[in-house]
Amino acid sequence: MSKMRYSRRSILKSGAAAVAASTLPAPMVWAQEIKDITLRQFGTGVSNLNEVGQKVKEDLGFTLEMTALDSDSVTQRAATQPDSFDIADIEYWICKKVWPTGNLQAMDTSKIKNYDKIVGIFRSGKLTPESTIAQGTAPHTVGFVEEPGATTFADQETNWMTLIPTIYNADTLGIRPDLINRPINTWAELLNPEFKGKASILDISSIGIMDMAMVCEAMGEIQYGDKGNMTKEEIDATFAIFTEAKRAGQFRAFWKTFDESVNLMASGEVVIQSMWSPAITAVKSRGIPCVYQPLKEGYRSWGGGLGLSKSLSGMELDAAYEYINWYLDGWVGGFLMRQGYYSAVPETSKNYMSENEWGYWFEGKEATGEITSPFGDVLAQAGETRDGGSFEERMGSVACWNAVMDENQYMVRKWNEFIAA
Amino acid sequence: MAMSRHVTGWLQAVPLTVVLGCFLIAPIIMIVVVSFWGATEFSIYPAFQFDNYSYLFGSAVVWKVFFATFKYAFITWAFTLAIGFTVAYFLAFHVRTQSMQIALFLLCTIPFWTSNIIRMISWIPFLGRNGIANSTLISWGVIDEPLEWLLYSDFSVILAFVHLYTLFMVVPIFNTMMRIDRSLIEAAVDNGATAMQTLRHVILPLTKPGIMIGTIFVVTLVMGDFITVRFMSGSQKANVGRLISNDISLLQYPSAAATSVVLLITVLIVIGILLRFVNIRKEL
Repeated sequence: MSKMRYSRRSILKSGAAAVAASTLPAPMVWAQEIKDITLRQFGTGVSNLNEVGQKVKEDLGFTLEMTALDSDSVTQRAATQPDSFDIADIEYWICKKVWPTGNLQAMDTSKIKNYDKIVGIFRSGKLTPESTIAQGTAPHTVGFVEEPGATTFADQETNWMTLIPTIYNADTLGIRPDLINRPINTWAELLNPEFKGKASILDISSIGIMDMAMVCEAMGEIQYGDKGNMTKEEIDATFAIFTEAKRAGQFRAFWKTFDESVNLMASGEVVIQSMWSPAITAVKSRGIPCVYQPLKEGYRSWGGGLGLSKSLSGMELDAAYEYINWYLDGWVGGFLMRQGYYSAVPETSKNYMSENEWGYWFEGKEATGEITSPFGDVLAQAGETRDGGSFEERMGSVACWNAVMDENQYMVRKWNEFIAA
Repeated sequence: MAMSRHVTGWLQAVPLTVVLGCFLIAPIIMIVVVSFWGATEFSIYPAFQFDNYSYLFGSAVVWKVFFATFKYAFITWAFTLAIGFTVAYFLAFHVRTQSMQIALFLLCTIPFWTSNIIRMISWIPFLGRNGIANSTLISWGVIDEPLEWLLYSDFSVILAFVHLYTLFMVVPIFNTMMRIDRSLIEAAVDNGATAMQTLRHVILPLTKPGIMIGTIFVVTLVMGDFITVRFMSGSQKANVGRLISNDISLLQYPSAAATSVVLLITVLIVIGILLRFVNIRKEL
């Protein structure tokens, strides 16, 4: 209906424009109407950046409204309020939890322009053909469904993707080298009594439990069948070790939000803790030394992606695909990679990064000049290299992915008890 | 048409009944109902089961958390009462002019114009390991090592509670004290009572209703709070409010509802006991 009205009006208005409008009506209409479209996106703070919203308005013309929430709230909203969003920017483990509710719709990969260039981790599960697949909720295991409307995941790559991967990284422990003064190379150091009262772990059960598992395994205390899917006995044993450490005063605090982790580290309350990459960046940009320490047991990795709400259709759905294609086109990728994350299609991001930036962030080379964040803070000087090295080195030594386990409810209860203990 | 007094009376009661019914009674009934439901990871389903309650009463941790909640409430109450009573006493009996009383009273409320989260969080840099408190004490030579227990401990939680809620004690006590007939105090003094005796035998008994109202405020606020406990303990301590908020964030609504019901009953019992001591209706 409205399409008709627009083209008819433009025909009536002026001759030349009318010819153009009647021969090529579709793009005109698109350009007219798309201005009125608003897509509501919500997700965790990491990729919900105002810069992205502004750039979308410039490049695509429509409005992207963004809401940043913590992982738990994101899960809650995706699971319980499907009409409150159009695009969900969620992590893969959240997808595993939320997908069965049927609140999201699968995406047709043939409409994704750069689909073939998406890194293997999100498709076959393998970074290179020789890679072994890490434990936990690896993205490819929840990345596909057999057909639209399916509520169970497909075993291999299909034409229907649950989330379009956008951003991912390999996490490890953050340390204050100036306050520790010796090399740290294992997860077990988190519970080293040397750091009594100066350690921290994050209070988000689904991620915290993985960090705990990395620590317990590194200490040689527990051998897990699958860290991403523990048995009740394994959960009990893990919490027993951490509860004992908590009672002994090992932890200064637990943190739940990004800012808390930055403040704990920057103020020197904590010298070793679970941390996220941009938090390290934030500490460093205050001129305080902070290292994202690579550890011999490997990384705990996570990945996020964009999912479409079930209720999206018509023009909004087209706009959403447009947005996703734009997302993978490189500008966002470059923006995110310059903060230390990885983009799902690294090669397109390269076009939006200088050679120095690409070398430093992706290839693990020495910086040839100052490295600055997209916000202008200096993060590294010439000659410095990224903690952990290149993309292949970092993503190639992932020990487990953030996960949600079969015994999740039991684990959550135990987590609550651990916090209260 | 003259309506019978009976009908008019009922009609007059209707608006309030509807409001209370919709916004107080119905939600509480809903919470009680949901507390018997079951939950999966991402949904809740109607049922009639006692799982949530049996977990609540069966877990040693829950008992400890309830104990901690009472501990916070009691200690905070004791401090806010001592400080609140003193401040109110000073305002009511030492400050002579009424305009000065009002000015000083408003002064007490100024910090409360800011968000209570801000007031709470501003303690964190002050009390930290390298914070102002520790560095000052070290520079004075009082201590050699920073005091670890200043922050992320029961101490910091209670400090924040006292800071946040003392005004709730000051206001009702001040209000009651202002209503005390000054001639009673004169009479006490004329009869040879010392200041201390006047305080104990005249002012204190007459201030009881104010103290009780303040107590109810402080106790219910502290027992229901979760954000102060989370921030000031660095997430390391828990009270009942945190149990509920953790459950909610993990979509375990039935379990949260069951905990809320138990908390509600506990708080009602506490208030019931308090009301046994003093008849606050006299005050209102």
